[in-house]
Amino acid sequence: MEPTELSMLELGRKLAAGELSSAEVVRACLARVDRLDGRVKAFLRVDREGALAQADAADRRCKDGKRAGLLDGVPVGLKDLFLTEGLPTTAGSRILESFIAPFDATVVKLLRAAGTPILGKLNMDEFAMGSSTENSAYFPTRNPWNLETSPGGSSGGSAAAVSARMVFGALGTDTGGSIRQPAALTGTVGLKPTYGRVSRFGVVAFASSLDQVGPMTRDVPDCAALLQAIAVHDPQDSTSAPVKAPDYLAELETGVRGMKLGLPREYFDLPGMDPEVRSAVEAATRELEKLGAELVPVSLPHTKYALATYYLVAPAEASSNLARYDGVRYGLRVPEKNLLAMYGRTRDKGFGLEVKRRIMLGTYALSAGYYDAYYLKAQKVRTLIKQDFVEAFRTVDAVLSPTSPTPAFRIGEKVSDPLAMYLNDVFTLPCNLAGLPGLSLPCGFTRAGLPIGLQILGRPWDEARVLRIGRTFEREHDFHRRTPPLGAS
Amino acid sequence: MSLTLEEVRHVAGLARLSLSSEEEALMRTQLSAILDAMAELSRVDTSKVEPTSHAAGEAAPWRSDQVRPSLPEEKALGNAPSKVGTSFAVPKIIE
Repeated sequence: MEPTELSMLELGRKLAAGELSSAEVVRACLARVDRLDGRVKAFLRVDREGALAQADAADRRCKDGKRAGLLDGVPVGLKDLFLTEGLPTTAGSRILESFIAPFDATVVKLLRAAGTPILGKLNMDEFAMGSSTENSAYFPTRNPWNLETSPGGSSGGSAAAVSARMVFGALGTDTGGSIRQPAALTGTVGLKPTYGRVSRFGVVAFASSLDQVGPMTRDVPDCAALLQAIAVHDPQDSTSAPVKAPDYLAELETGVRGMKLGLPREYFDLPGMDPEVRSAVEAATRELEKLGAELVPVSLPHTKYALATYYLVAPAEASSNLARYDGVRYGLRVPEKNLLAMYGRTRDKGFGLEVKRRIMLGTYALSAGYYDAYYLKAQKVRTLIKQDFVEAFRTVDAVLSPTSPTPAFRIGEKVSDPLAMYLNDVFTLPCNLAGLPGLSLPCGFTRAGLPIGLQILGRPWDEARVLRIGRTFEREHDFHRRTPPLGAS
Repeated sequence: MSLTLEEVRHVAGLARLSLSSEEEALMRTQLSAILDAMAELSRVDTSKVEPTSHAAGEAAPWRSDQVRPSLPEEKALGNAPSKVGTSFAVPKIIE
């Protein structure tokens, strides 16, 4: 078996036992990148030297009996919006094309402390705005399961790299589904933790009341282990909660007997839902019932308003966050004699169309005369969406649904119609609006061989249970062991 | 609803975006369609609902007011498109 077929935890055990070295595994990953990434296009930048140096350091720690933890020496990738000192961080945008961060994001520091060599920076929709990675200013990433289709987005490069076994795991961010939807479309596992669980210091901001950092992996135990490495309170992020993370691996294998799992009818009766997705997810729920859980119908009546709520709240926050790209302190500057002209031309040249669209939408929703009708209204409906979940979690321990209404779609199919693209996120958005943890894991394949994702939403801070439910399903199947048909070259 | 071209230009000005005339026309059509889709929120009765600005639900935490080292000037200026000494340089705003 190729070392790149191992999971993070399996590889960690082999490294600890001296059966493999981190350096040879990094070289195997780099060889895979060389062989496959010309077609998949997951990486914006590969850091060969850095990764090999970090691998050598991991191998020395291992030899000295000082391994940093379960993941020491296991290569990972980063969505290109985590600041990495000395390496470019573009956020998929031209405006940051030449930006080299002067410090590491807190989660990057945590990964370095955990000993994981960082293989490179992964493609994404510009400023994480998109659901297909087609909004990257550089190039679209392709889905390893079918190169004509999209891996989803915005963390599409991270999902594709994990799926194609070019890295063992990756970090993404999820503002409205940007970890879970690409995980579903690429047959990988992705978790959006509870808002506040993971530090966002040094992470390029999109919508600050929604953004959360999370792990993207091949299986659920890896997801738990990678979450463990980054779920640390950070005083440098005032939204990072001073809550101690439990041991996410401790109860992972203890099953679902006695748990109550909610099936929200609003998530299954959506017009436009792919019938194969629906039947695979329904089969998964019945299987969890056989494994000892009780299925309970629940209602989340404000689900239908989540899309409109999200697409007012997120662009409003984005328009404010992206005001910092003004050509003054870093990033692109279009020189002009007059300051206002410099701002306007810099931002026009530096931002892509979707980013401009969201800045415009957000600025409009926040502008005098429209604030109450749009932004404030959306914040109030957000309260109702959150209350729906509070109500549901009085009777159930978690909520099950499809992650995405369709499997991977063709590149180019939706990119010219923003509203059609926004519909991809219909099942993932409410979780961000309510601040809940949400997991996506593979639960089947379509007849055409495309992966299907099951979404599990939990109570705030209840990642351990969400992961446990996912693991209970996962270990009955080999979906997570299947490798995309990428052939020899 | 339909945005006018003047409204599009006004919002672009607020957002400090110099849009081309093609972009202005596209934004006008697309933003109008998106805002139409968002209008469904007006059907929800929110007369007795408080707004949610954050998912966390926790009050902003306090920390002690301690002086800590910040980024050294050289690093902070490392990405400056233009600088003079230890300052960022911008076009003159007062003649």
